[in-house]
Amino acid sequence: MTNGVIHWFRYASPQSFYPLAGRMIPWFATLAALLTAAGLWIGFFVAPTDAQQGESYRIIFVHVPASWMSMFLYVVMAGWAGLGLAFNTRLSAMMAHAIAPTGAMFAFLSLWTGALWGRPTWGTYWVWDARLTSELVLLFLYLGYMALHAAIDDPRRGDRAAAVLALVGVINVPIIYFSVQWWNTLHQGASVSLTRAPSMAATMLTGMLVMALAFWMYSIAAALARVRAIMLEREAHMQWTHELPEAAK
Amino acid sequence: MNWASTSDFFAMGGYGFYVWGSFLVTAACIAGEVVFLRARRSAALRTVRAEKVRHETAA
Repeated sequence: MTNGVIHWFRYASPQSFYPLAGRMIPWFATLAALLTAAGLWIGFFVAPTDAQQGESYRIIFVHVPASWMSMFLYVVMAGWAGLGLAFNTRLSAMMAHAIAPTGAMFAFLSLWTGALWGRPTWGTYWVWDARLTSELVLLFLYLGYMALHAAIDDPRRGDRAAAVLALVGVINVPIIYFSVQWWNTLHQGASVSLTRAPSMAATMLTGMLVMALAFWMYSIAAALARVRAIMLEREAHMQWTHELPEAAK
Repeated sequence: MNWASTSDFFAMGGYGFYVWGSFLVTAACIAGEVVFLRARRSAALRTVRAEKVRHETAA
């Protein structure tokens, strides 16, 4: 640190990012726990019963945050993968791999909670409409990314192949987002938009946003924990991992 | 307060299966991921220690 400028590239190598990530995890995990507690309290005890859907609408407090995270994490994953492809940095590809399983989990949860919400609201767990189908495609993109990387023996070649898949798949994210406008679907339109007032009660919206923030913090903590494990796995032959205090004994 | 009693809370106005099915599966997935991450870290550290021993004996 000189002249008050943070040298971000210093953290671009696994060996200097590893301890930094380790120090950040407890903070993000604690924030995630506190926000989850607050979000669940608002969601179950403060937010009123919905006039049309009764209590079934409370699924929104996991469904919308999980769906947002599944899309957002995909874009972040593809961004890291693209950086790795462009600059061939070790850390970028590792970050992309660290995000994929958490993103896949949120895509699955989006579909699962959506099915459980669809049954009482629409009378069906599943329908092949644009929103649901494109979200299912997102889950398959995550799984395809992980499977492709796992199928290639040389990790650096695997990184590049998987990065291309991730980048091509980005096209699916705006398709999911705008599907409710572009096609006639069973799924309702966006509840929250930057251009107009939200179409829901203030406490419902607050609960949803707090839960979204909680999932966000959780995702960062999980991705950092996973990238640390990936660094150890991939660089187990390197001197810096041998010098770690946790590698003693 | 939305709920008259604990059983009222768990019933979720008749939608208990759907609401709790959503929240419990989400909680289980997150708990599962945390367990997997811990296990992955321990396994990775075992690999590092084995590599370290290999290096030291080779040197």
